[in-house]
Amino acid sequence: MHWLGSPPNFYRFAGALRPWLMAVALVGAVVGLYGGLVLAPPDYQQGDAYRIIFIHVPSAWMSLFIYATMAVAGLAALVWRVKLAEVVAMECAPIGAAFTVVTLVTGSLWGKPMWGTWWTWDARLTSELVLLFLYLGVIGLYNAFEDRRRGARAASLLALVGIVNLPIVHYSVQWWNTLHQGTTVDFLDPARSSIAPSMLWPLLVMALATHLYFFASLLGRARTGLLSLESGKQWVRILVDGQPAQTTGAPT
Amino acid sequence: MAHWFAMGGYAVYVWPAYAVFFIVLAWDWFAPALRRRRLTRELRGRLARERTRNARAARAEVST
Repeated sequence: MHWLGSPPNFYRFAGALRPWLMAVALVGAVVGLYGGLVLAPPDYQQGDAYRIIFIHVPSAWMSLFIYATMAVAGLAALVWRVKLAEVVAMECAPIGAAFTVVTLVTGSLWGKPMWGTWWTWDARLTSELVLLFLYLGVIGLYNAFEDRRRGARAASLLALVGIVNLPIVHYSVQWWNTLHQGTTVDFLDPARSSIAPSMLWPLLVMALATHLYFFASLLGRARTGLLSLESGKQWVRILVDGQPAQTTGAPT
Repeated sequence: MAHWFAMGGYAVYVWPAYAVFFIVLAWDWFAPALRRRRLTRELRGRLARERTRNARAARAEVST
């Protein structure tokens, strides 16, 4: 853990791991989408419209999972002031925002044929929209600071405060009367899951693929972030230039 | 194939949803690559300028 905290070590490790994560994610996406779009039967109530579930639900899970990851990294950034934790927390935000946008748009495209409306201000949809604003707030606050390390710590604090929204998104379908359907997959009590195995396995494979994709994307972004933050350091000079920096004055 | 593509009449909702998923994630994947290329170019330029400056300073030192 300590070894990985050092930027040059992390840079090399992430660079080696990333292609493998992405490769498995792509294979998973192909398998999952084949299972979801071709093998799984149409839903008896929703026909083929339900097939949006195979991207909508994994994206929604990612929107929450990435937020939690960002908050944990943000906490580490605030407590220990580790550069790597700051970079990881800040690079989570755009990926999380991307998945939240996907969740909202695919949900809207699913809602129109099923509910007859693109959008409604119900608890699940509104709290997911708040999640998007939290991500955008973190990105905006981070960019508002001249000193990027101070910006990262300020934005980490916002990320930590916003964590109250996560249980609200998750439990909104139980706490309030909502148009949104209830939980489809119950991990704590699989017997309560209201989904056939032929539909469940593609969903879980897609969930795995999106998780791996997230880690691959995060590692790539964090590498670039570190490169930028450490641009004056010797390891970056060697990496970019192929040779160490010369000291000022006469060359020896 | 055409039957499959029709998605039981829901093609206009299903396919745009999948398109959004892939377009947004493609943006997420390729935008940092562009940022990275810009950054490396910038750093390389900065190092090159530094080197010429150092070389000039060294020459000046020799001539005095």
